[in-house]
Amino acid sequence: MSNLFSNARRMAGRAVAGAAALAIAGVAVPAAAQETIKVGVLHSLSGTMAISETTLKDTVLFMIDQQNAAGGVLGKKLTPVVVDPASNWPLFAEKARELLAKEKVAVVFGCWTSVSRKSVLPVFKELNGILFYPVQYEGEESERNVFYTGAAPNQQAIPAVDYLAENEGVKRWVLAGTDYVYPRTTNKILEAYLKSKGVAAEDIMINYTPFGHSDWQTIVADIKKFGSAGKKTAVVSTINGDANVPFYKELGNQGIKATDIPVVAFSVGEEELAGIDTKPLVGHLAAWNYFQSVDVPENADFIKKWRGYIKNDKRVTNDPMEATVIGFNMWVKAVEKAGTTDPDAVIPALIGVSVPNLSGGFSTMMPNHHITKPVLIGEIKDDGQFDIVEQTPGLIVAEEWSPYLEGSKDLIADWRAPMNCGNFNVKTGKCGAQ
Amino acid sequence: MIFPGLLSRLGCVLLLALGLLAGTLMLPRAAFAQGAAPDISAPLAQFTTDKYDDTETALNALAVSGSPAAAGIVAALADGRLFYSPATKQVLIRTAAGGYVDAAGGQPVAEAPPGLKAVRVNNRIRRAVEAASGALALVSPDPAKRLEAAGAVMRARDEAALPALDAALAKEADAKVKSALTLARASILIGKAGVSDADRIAAIETVGEEGNQDALAVLRSVPADAAPAVKAAANAAIDGIEYNLAIWSVGQNVWYGVSLGSVLLLAAIGLAITFGVMGVINMAHGEMVMLGAYTTFVVQELIRTYNPALFDASLLIAIPIAFVFTGLIGILIERTVIRFLYGRALETLLATWGISLILQQAIRTMFGPTNREVGAPSWMSGAFELGQLSITYGRLWIIIFAMLVFVALLATLRLTRIGLEMRAVTQNRRMAASMGIRTNWVDAMTFGLGSGIAGIAGVALSQIDNVSPNLGQSYIIDSFLVVVFGGVGNLWGTLVGAMSLGIANKMLEPYAGAVLGKIALLVIVILFIQKRPRGLFALKGRAIET
Repeated sequence: MSNLFSNARRMAGRAVAGAAALAIAGVAVPAAAQETIKVGVLHSLSGTMAISETTLKDTVLFMIDQQNAAGGVLGKKLTPVVVDPASNWPLFAEKARELLAKEKVAVVFGCWTSVSRKSVLPVFKELNGILFYPVQYEGEESERNVFYTGAAPNQQAIPAVDYLAENEGVKRWVLAGTDYVYPRTTNKILEAYLKSKGVAAEDIMINYTPFGHSDWQTIVADIKKFGSAGKKTAVVSTINGDANVPFYKELGNQGIKATDIPVVAFSVGEEELAGIDTKPLVGHLAAWNYFQSVDVPENADFIKKWRGYIKNDKRVTNDPMEATVIGFNMWVKAVEKAGTTDPDAVIPALIGVSVPNLSGGFSTMMPNHHITKPVLIGEIKDDGQFDIVEQTPGLIVAEEWSPYLEGSKDLIADWRAPMNCGNFNVKTGKCGAQ
Repeated sequence: MIFPGLLSRLGCVLLLALGLLAGTLMLPRAAFAQGAAPDISAPLAQFTTDKYDDTETALNALAVSGSPAAAGIVAALADGRLFYSPATKQVLIRTAAGGYVDAAGGQPVAEAPPGLKAVRVNNRIRRAVEAASGALALVSPDPAKRLEAAGAVMRARDEAALPALDAALAKEADAKVKSALTLARASILIGKAGVSDADRIAAIETVGEEGNQDALAVLRSVPADAAPAVKAAANAAIDGIEYNLAIWSVGQNVWYGVSLGSVLLLAAIGLAITFGVMGVINMAHGEMVMLGAYTTFVVQELIRTYNPALFDASLLIAIPIAFVFTGLIGILIERTVIRFLYGRALETLLATWGISLILQQAIRTMFGPTNREVGAPSWMSGAFELGQLSITYGRLWIIIFAMLVFVALLATLRLTRIGLEMRAVTQNRRMAASMGIRTNWVDAMTFGLGSGIAGIAGVALSQIDNVSPNLGQSYIIDSFLVVVFGGVGNLWGTLVGAMSLGIANKMLEPYAGAVLGKIALLVIVILFIQKRPRGLFALKGRAIET
C-alpha cells in the first residue's frame, strides 16, 4: 500500500515540477536566444517541506533576475531550471541527476533537510556538480562538491546557550527536538558542551517528538514541572517545521511566559511566526545569523527589491534566504574569478571569496566549504518580528567537525591543495579516518 | 565563567522594586514638602543610549529618585510606549490617544520629533519591570490585582520585598489576599539567611499546605546548611506534596487523554460515516478537515476587515459555513468520481488519494505554502485551575464541541428521515431501493454529511494545529485507526475507540516518550485487530460482507 502511495505522490510531483519548469522556461525564452548558463533549483514546491522551501526557490529566481539585469555572468544570461522534488528524499537524488546529467546546469541551489542533502550527495560526487546548501544544520560533514552557507552548530546553537546562561542566568536546560538527525546531533553537541561547563546531568532534560507532533499538552506540562525545581530553566528547541505552531500555542495556553521559562529556537524564523498569534510569545528567543529586523542599509535595500520582485509588500525575509543570497553572490564572484563555469575551476576559486552579507558585514568562504557569519540572538516581538538583543562582535568561523563530540574532535576539513580532504584526522595524520 | 552577573542583576531588581514602592508611598509627602519634583534628567538620558545595561541602570536610578513621574515611566516601558529621539535625546511617552507627552514633566508635546525610537526591552528588563510593578501592585486598591501581585512576589522570592509584604499584610482585610500574602512571606523566609529555625519551620508548614508545584519549588530552595530539624520538616512537606501531585498527575493524564480523544473523535467521526456507513475508503477525508480550517481562516479575515466587533463569534459563524462548503465539495466529489467506483475499493482509494493531492496543491496555490493564522476568540484563550489540574479553555471547548457533534450526528441518524434512509441503505441496498428509497441520492447525501462533519472538525482543529495545506495529512491515518479500532459502521465504536486511543496514548507518553508511545500504541492496536478483526463494536449484518 505504501508503495502505491509514494508512486502516486511521485507522479503528481513530476507533473507539478514539469509545469513549473515549463512556465519558467516560457518566461526566459528571449534571454535563451543567446548563449546562457543554466542554474538548477532543487527545492520542494509540494509536500510537507514546501512551507519552507518555496521561498528559497523564489529567492534564487529573484537573484537570477537581478544578476541578468546587471548583465549576467561572463557576458551570458542565467536561466533557471526549477525542479520539484516534492519533499520526497529519494526523488531529490533523481531530480539532482536530472539537473546535472540532462540539463547540464552549472550550479545547483537546493535542499533543506539534512536527509535530502545526504540523498543527493552521491549524485553530486559522481557527476562532479556544485551544490549550495543554505540551511543551518548539524555539521559533521564537509564535501568537495557542497558549499554550506547555513550555520554550523557553533554558529547558532552554542552562542545561543551562552547568551541564556550569561544574560538570563539559566542553570537547568530542556533540549526539545523533533526526532531526526539534526536535533539529535545538535542536542548531543549541546549536552557535551553544557556538561563541559559544569551543568549536572539531572539539570538536562532531553525530549524528542515525531515530525508534525500536534498534541503538546503532556510535554509542556513536563517542561513546567522540570522548571519548578527552583533553578532558572530554559528550553532549547530544535523542533522543526509544522510542530512549532501547536507547541507555542500550548506554551501560551499553559501560561508559560518568556520571563519564567524562555524558549530559544533554532528553526523558528519570521516565516514560521507568520502562522501564529505572537502576543503570548513575546520575549521567547531565536538564534540566527540574520533577522529581517537587522537595521542596516544593505538589508533595507534587499527587502525593498525583494518585495518589489515578489509584488507583495508584506512578504518577510529570513535567515535561509540570506544564506541563499550569500551563496549565489559567492558563486557569481568565483565564476568571474575562474573565467569559466567548469566545476573543477570554480570549486577551488570559491575558497576565499568574500561577499557582503545582509547584516552589514562580509562573509567569506573558508577552506572547509563553510562560511564566516555573525550570530544574532533575537526576542520575538508582538508583530512577529525579532528584536535583536545580542550580536557577536566579530564573525564566527564554522566548526564543521564539533570539538565536543568524541568521534569528530580530531577531524578537520581543508579543501585546498595539498590536503584536499573533508575529514582529515590530525592524530593519525590520515584523510578519511574518523 | 559561564554564569556571571546574575546576582548583581537580581540585586538591581530588588532595589528597583523597593525604590519604586518607596517612591510611590512617599510621593504625596515629597510633593508637599519640597514643592518640586527631583531632577531625573540623568537617568532619562540613559534611556536614549539604546543599551540594555543603561536602561537597567536608568530604571534603578528612577526608582530611588522618588520622582512622581517614575511609576508612569515604568508602566510606559512595560507596554512599549516609551520612546526617545536619537537626535534631540528627548524621552517621550506615547499616550493611549496616540499623542506624546514629555516623560519628565508630563506636559504634552505638540509635534513629536522625527525618527522616534522605542526604548527596547528584553527579558531581563521585563523581569525587572514585572517585579517592580508587582511590588507596586501590593498596595493596589483592586483585590484581584493584589492577589496577582502576591503570586508574583511568591514566585520571584525577592528578600527585599519583605518590608513591602509586611506593610501590605498589616493593612490587608481580604482573607484570600491575606493568605496569599502570608504564603508569599513564608516563601521568602524559607530561603532567607538569618531566620530562626522555628520561624523557618512555621514557614515550611505554611508553604507545605499550599501543595502545588510552586510550593515544591520553594521548599526545594531550603539552604543546604539549614538545621537538621528544618531539613526534616522540608523533606516531609516535599514528600507530602509529591504524593499529592502524583495522584493529581493521573487525573491530569486522563484529562489530556480525553482532550486528545476528542480531537481524534472530531477528525474520525466524518470518516465513520463515509467509511463506516458507505464503505468508501476516502483518502481525501483529511483534506475536508483542511478545507474546514481554511474556511475558518477566510471567515476570520472577512470579519477582521468588515466587522472586527464580531471577532469573538467568528468560530460560531464559521461552523455552518464550513459545514455547507465542505459538504458541497463532498457531494461534488461523490457525484463526479466516487459513484462510478462503488465496490472497487482499490480504485476508490487511488482516486481519492489523487483528489487529496489536487486539493492540497489547489490550496497551496491559492493561499501559499505557509501557515495561516487563525486567531483564538477571547473565550477560548487562557486556563483555569481545578485543584492541581490546569485546564485550558480551548481544550475544554473542543471536548464539549466534539460531544455536541457526536450527539447531533447520532440524533440525525436515529431521528430524521434521511438518517433512517441512510441506515436502510447501509443494511441492505437493494431492499432499500425496492422500498422506493433513492439510493443514489442517499449516497450523495451521506458522503456530503461525512464531508461536512469533517469541515466542522476543521473549524475546531484550526485552534490547535497549523492551518497549512498539510493539515489533513496528519489526521488521516489516526482517523482510520480510530474507525477500524472502534468497529466499522458504528458511531459508538468511534467514540469509545477515539477516547481509549487518546487516553492510552497519554498514559504511555510520560513513560515511553512521544515517539515510542505512538509506536507502542500502534503495536497494541495491531494485536487487538488480530484478535478482533471487526474492532471493539462489531456490526452484525451484511454491511461488511458486501
